[in-house]
Amino acid sequence: MIRVILPSPLQALAHAGPELHFELAAPVTHRAVLDAVEAAYPMLRGTIRDHATQRRRPFIRFHACERDLSHEPPDTPLPEGVTSGREAYLIVGAMSGG
Amino acid sequence: MSRVRVLVGTKKGAFILNSDGTRKRWEVSQPHFPGWELYHLKGSPLNPDRIYASQSSGWFGQLIQRSDDGGITWAPVGNEFAYEGVPGTHQWYDGTAHPWEFKRVWHLEPSLTEPDTVYAGVEDAAMFRSTDGGASWHELAGLRGHGSGSHWAPGAGGMGLHTILIHPTNPERLFIAISAAGAFRTDDGGTTWKPINRGLNSKYIPDPTAEVGHCVHRIAMHPSRPDTLFMQKHWDVMRSDDAGENWHKISGNLPTDFGFPIDVHAHEPETVYVVPIKSDAEHFPLDGKLRVYRSRTGGHEWEALTKGLPQQDCYVNVLRDAMAVDSLEDCGIYFGTTGGQVYGSFDGGDHWEPIVRDLPAVLSVEVQTLP
Repeated sequence: MIRVILPSPLQALAHAGPELHFELAAPVTHRAVLDAVEAAYPMLRGTIRDHATQRRRPFIRFHACERDLSHEPPDTPLPEGVTSGREAYLIVGAMSGG
Repeated sequence: MSRVRVLVGTKKGAFILNSDGTRKRWEVSQPHFPGWELYHLKGSPLNPDRIYASQSSGWFGQLIQRSDDGGITWAPVGNEFAYEGVPGTHQWYDGTAHPWEFKRVWHLEPSLTEPDTVYAGVEDAAMFRSTDGGASWHELAGLRGHGSGSHWAPGAGGMGLHTILIHPTNPERLFIAISAAGAFRTDDGGTTWKPINRGLNSKYIPDPTAEVGHCVHRIAMHPSRPDTLFMQKHWDVMRSDDAGENWHKISGNLPTDFGFPIDVHAHEPETVYVVPIKSDAEHFPLDGKLRVYRSRTGGHEWEALTKGLPQQDCYVNVLRDAMAVDSLEDCGIYFGTTGGQVYGSFDGGDHWEPIVRDLPAVLSVEVQTLP
């Protein structure tokens, strides 16, 4: 089970709880997780990744296992801590603006 | 008895203010979309319970919300605004070429005739149309394709298409305005566009009378006289009586003719309102006095309206989309400030009162007059 935590504004937009759960086939990558999030919650399309380019929005970051994974290519496999369900994949709004 | 619904977009959410036709007591909603910037909300004239809202954030981008019950509940609709073709470049602040990039929706304008059609004015400047209630959006690319787009440049707030006026009896004719490109008109429903800036004079651009490049802040029209347009420009208040073909200055005795909003009385097409601001560098009222100016003569002669407005130590701004009128018999005039107040006057501007005073900075005000 993959655990995903959204930032609170997107939780409200998606009418979702604090943690989302997905069953994904290996290899579990950033792209696979984000595809699953957007498939389950279509209103989040465009809020995490650009519609056309699928690039991460500039003020969004991806954290897991106490690491910043924001700059990894989208098809990079996620750490074992995430794929095993021990750690959550955090989608984070960048700290800016007080 | 008629009712009034005021739609207020702010830097940190949307608020809906409701009153009966007396406009004496106002119910203020809880914040809708708290924490998000609400550049604009507007209701459909064909179905007033259908309201569109532009919700955006520097973190999460653009969303469009739609309500079909007068703003009680909302649902996100389409938020993909893709420029048609290769967007190309416009001018950056220093005149260098800068790629066209979608940033946000500044203004939403529901059709006067088609219940599921709504227009969106966006930054970087372009016009989009939805014919399915906001589910999908398609660029009216003839505007950017007019050929002058590479000469458009952003104003201080970005290169936004902020004004959309639909001709009341000819849905093929629309007027739009862009900071800083100027005003444009289509006569074929948005397929082709022409700049309508003859008579504008802008000292801050290399050729002050150029066809495009003018920082138009707002245009207003009275529906009974759709060929007459009033414009608040970066500096100068202007008027056209031929659907924008020619403009002339009507600043007259205004203490400063810099400002953002301009609007027209609901029943008096020659009664116009502006809120003069000190200058382009000092975006606050002159002498710390918040004054609306009214012309009953279609310009040139202006009178200060001060009763009920702060007349000392006031340094708020009133943004371009933050003034609106209702259509009750005693026309109500409303405007919102960057200090979070929404003022109303229910006697044509002679007296003002705050109908709510401690909101986040107000970005837009629209009014619906309901049966």
